[in-house]
Amino acid sequence: MLNPISLAFKKAKKEKRPALLTYTVAGDSSKKQSLNILKAISNYVDILEVGIPHNTPVADGGQIQTSAYRAIKNGIKMNDIFKIVSDFKKSKNSKPVIFMGYYNMIFQYGENNFLNKCKKSGVNGLIVVDLPWPENKIFSKKCKENSINFIQLLSPTTSNKRLKSITKDSHDMIYYISMLSTTGGKLKVSPKKILANYDKIKKISPKKNCVIGFGITEKNVSNFKNTDGLVVGSQICKEITRSLNNRQNPVINVSKMVSKLRNKIS
Amino acid sequence: MKLKKGIPVIDQGDRLGFWGGKFGGNFVPETLKKPIEDLEIQFNKLKNDKNFIKERDRYFKNWIGTPTRFIKLNNLTKYVGGAQIWSKVVSDANGGAHKIYNATVHCLMAKRSGKKVIIGDTGAGYAGKMLSMAAKKFGLKCKIFMGAKDIKRQQPNVKAMKENGADVIPVYSGSQTLVDAVSECMRYWVANCDTTAMCVGSTVGPAIFVRICGWSTSQISRELKVQLINEFGDVPKKLKLYNCVGGGSSSFGFWNEFMDYDKKQVEFIGVEAGGPTKSKRHAAPLTYGSKIGILHGAAQYVNQNRDGQIEETESISAGLDYPGISPLHCFLKDTKRARYTAASDEEALKAYQIVTKYENLRPSLEPSHAFSVAIKEAKRFSKDTIVIINSCGDAYKDRGILEKKLGKKYVKSN
Repeated sequence: MLNPISLAFKKAKKEKRPALLTYTVAGDSSKKQSLNILKAISNYVDILEVGIPHNTPVADGGQIQTSAYRAIKNGIKMNDIFKIVSDFKKSKNSKPVIFMGYYNMIFQYGENNFLNKCKKSGVNGLIVVDLPWPENKIFSKKCKENSINFIQLLSPTTSNKRLKSITKDSHDMIYYISMLSTTGGKLKVSPKKILANYDKIKKISPKKNCVIGFGITEKNVSNFKNTDGLVVGSQICKEITRSLNNRQNPVINVSKMVSKLRNKIS
Repeated sequence: MKLKKGIPVIDQGDRLGFWGGKFGGNFVPETLKKPIEDLEIQFNKLKNDKNFIKERDRYFKNWIGTPTRFIKLNNLTKYVGGAQIWSKVVSDANGGAHKIYNATVHCLMAKRSGKKVIIGDTGAGYAGKMLSMAAKKFGLKCKIFMGAKDIKRQQPNVKAMKENGADVIPVYSGSQTLVDAVSECMRYWVANCDTTAMCVGSTVGPAIFVRICGWSTSQISRELKVQLINEFGDVPKKLKLYNCVGGGSSSFGFWNEFMDYDKKQVEFIGVEAGGPTKSKRHAAPLTYGSKIGILHGAAQYVNQNRDGQIEETESISAGLDYPGISPLHCFLKDTKRARYTAASDEEALKAYQIVTKYENLRPSLEPSHAFSVAIKEAKRFSKDTIVIINSCGDAYKDRGILEKKLGKKYVKSN
């Protein structure tokens, strides 16, 4: 039986489009609101990445930092984040959920406790930004034993040799970082170049679902129609910030934005 | 967990860069794996390259001005009435602090690898000032990341950085201090690692940065060992080395050459920043039993809440105001080679007053923490005990804070 993440990719492929993945920070700007955002965008999205906010994020740009600091300031705790996911999973129209965060939050919770709780809440995958290969070998194995997809990251600096080893150790999904940048940077590399690297990965590992993230926005998303999947994060976080500043409802605005994104790749 | 003899501590990490199996490592985004690996290969080669060592020593001697003085503090010894109190005046080094050693080595390496830009973090402003000096010396462009709060309280060093042609980039996130400056600097490196070299300002960060910094500051103890032998004929039978510990670069460098001595002969005392007496916040993870966590790419004892969010620190000295601590010091603590304690803001200020009253020496607020504990403990020691405090920074940068806390006379008279 296919796991829910692979199933989501399969479904998108059938519809001849890339899977759409979104990233929002749990607890931004409140527990309730972040849950409502997940529920609202779930209609248009194939897989939802839920960010675990951390206050020393070494790979996140300004937009996601702002969202994370806002969530932490509003008192979000690890157990609340699990609750958000399990509530979301109970809603109709729920989709697969991937946690994205920094290793210290997992380390403090205890790896085994964390994975148990993930399973109970319905988390389907994990992206740990600062636990690269081969440091993640043991943990990713543990994830697999718990039927949780550990998603390996690849970047333009990843050597071919490394690429082979990492994809070999990866589960069903891999994540290609489009360029040298923190999240939310302006796309400083041509889509052509990004796609060339993407093709290289697919050639080495044709069966794995490879998504592209970092710098993907409404403006450039249509360049990547022939890929397995695309992640949009910072643009959504930015929209939440903009809505709050303008005293508008982020749930409505974000959901409009995501529906537009979906149209552009369909 | 055991400290090995005959192998430099910086080389005692395992294959993945962990000391004692659990401190350090490389908790970094995938993008940084390659530049870090490149740096590892370069450093492992250069540290055994006689020509490189020669080049380093030439700059250390002619440009930094090694050796720095080793002096007896006669008046302070008399005032305290116990052990002999000495100081290694590392603030003699060009620029006024130990940060120059690491900055110089990083710039030499950046130049060899063809990088045109070097970036760095800074708390007290010394790491930034020295990096800007070295970058200028070696013709590299320089960007320094500094917390907005630190920019306000360490103006003299900010001015120096700008005069050296560096871009000083204020960091407004989080507590606006060193911890945020390091995060922002690492983020910048993630986005620019193909053209830019990064210098981490202390023995913190991914393992390779810990190693390069420790290797560089070890110059301090290499000099001291020679000076001790010149002065006493040998390394004294009862020697106590006091050093403040923030990230831990000066203390590690001050101790490294004496690592293999029995601790009964050469004792290491690290003094962390206890923060204001009235505040619960501090920058002393080793003293106050913080848990192991991941900060800036390395596992270490770090101030954090139950969830793993890094906690804000508080200290009068910007250079010690850091929630974590070098993996090397975690290792030295758990192997019991070094002893760690803390001094409060008030105790550091008091020590500054005492030292400047009795001696023609002006330690910055960071080493004033070490002086505080040394003065307290030296009373109890026998007269043949040699107490040495590393005066690793000059108080010129602190004059704004000193004037506010102690009044004008402490600034003008010195």
